[in-house]
Amino acid sequence: MTWIAIFATAAACFALKVAGWSLPVRLLDGERLQRAATLLPLALLAALVVVQTFGDGRSLVIDARAAGLAAAGVAVLRRAPFIVVVVVAAATAAVVRVLA
Amino acid sequence: MAAVRQDTARRKVVRDCVTLGAAVGASGLSFGAVAVAAGLSTLQACALSLLVFSGGSQFALVGVLGAGGSAAAGIASASLLGSRNLLYAVRLATLLRVPRSRRVVAAQLTIDETTAMSITAPAGLRDTAFWATGITIFTTWNLATLLGALGAAVFDTNAIGLDAAVGAAFLALLVPQIRDRRGARIAIGGALLAAAAVPVTPAGVPVIVAALAIVPAVLRR
Repeated sequence: MTWIAIFATAAACFALKVAGWSLPVRLLDGERLQRAATLLPLALLAALVVVQTFGDGRSLVIDARAAGLAAAGVAVLRRAPFIVVVVVAAATAAVVRVLA
Repeated sequence: MAAVRQDTARRKVVRDCVTLGAAVGASGLSFGAVAVAAGLSTLQACALSLLVFSGGSQFALVGVLGAGGSAAAGIASASLLGSRNLLYAVRLATLLRVPRSRRVVAAQLTIDETTAMSITAPAGLRDTAFWATGITIFTTWNLATLLGALGAAVFDTNAIGLDAAVGAAFLALLVPQIRDRRGARIAIGGALLAAAAVPVTPAGVPVIVAALAIVPAVLRR
C-alpha cells in the first residue's frame, strides 16, 4: 500500500513538472490559473500545520506538539534556517514531555 | 576584461546557489527522520526523495500516511502541493535554454528553490543558477534523507519530539510564502477549514478541504 502511494505520488508530481516544460505556454497563461497556483500552497501548508500539530485521529488536542509549534513560530520569525526551526520544535516538545 | 567580469559573476552565482542548495538539502535530515517515525522504511523514505523530490509534497504524503489516512488522500494532498511546480516549469521553459535531451532532468529539478535562484540570477547566468542549485539540492537532499532515516531508526522518535517537527516543517515552508494580507487571509482560511474538517472526515481529507479557501480569491475579477 505504501509503495503504491509512493509510486503514484512520484508519477503525479513528475507529470506536473514535465507538463510545465512541454505544454504550450498559452494554455497555462490564464491569470486565474496563476493566482490559484500561487495561493493554493498557502491554504494547504496552513492546513497541514493545523492537522499535524493539533490532530489526533478525529479530534483536535493541545499537547506537547503545540509548544513545539509555538517555539518554531518564534524561530521562523527570527528567520532561522529550516533545519533549526525543525530542531527547535522537536527539542521543545521533548522537553515539555519530560516536564509533564 | 568583460570576459573576466563575466567569470567573476558566474563564480559568485555558483557559490550562492551551492550554499543555498546545501542548506536546503540538509533539511532532508528532518524528512528522513519524520518519514521513518511515520512508519515508512528507510528504503521508502529514500525512494520518495529520489522520485518525488519536492519537500512539501513528500512531507504531505508522509503526514497523511502517518496519521492513518488512505493512500488516495495522501496522493491527492501531495499532488495538489506539487501543482505549483507546473507553473514554475512554464516560467523556466521561457527563461532557460535547456536542450530537449535534458528536459526530463530539468523537470525533476523544478522546485521552489531552483526556480527562485534562476529567476533572480542575472540574465545570461540563469542556466548556471538553475543547474548549480538543482544538482546541489538533489545530492544533499537525498544523502540527508538517508542519514535522517537511519538516525530515526536508532532513536525513540517520539521522545525526541519528532512528531512536533512535522507541523514546524510546514510552518517553515508556509511563512516565507505569505507576502500580503490576501496571503495571510488564505492561510488562516485554510487552517480553519482543516480544523473544522478534522472531526468529520478521515485523515488526509481535511487538507484537501482546505484547498477551498482559495476559491473566493480565484473567482474574484
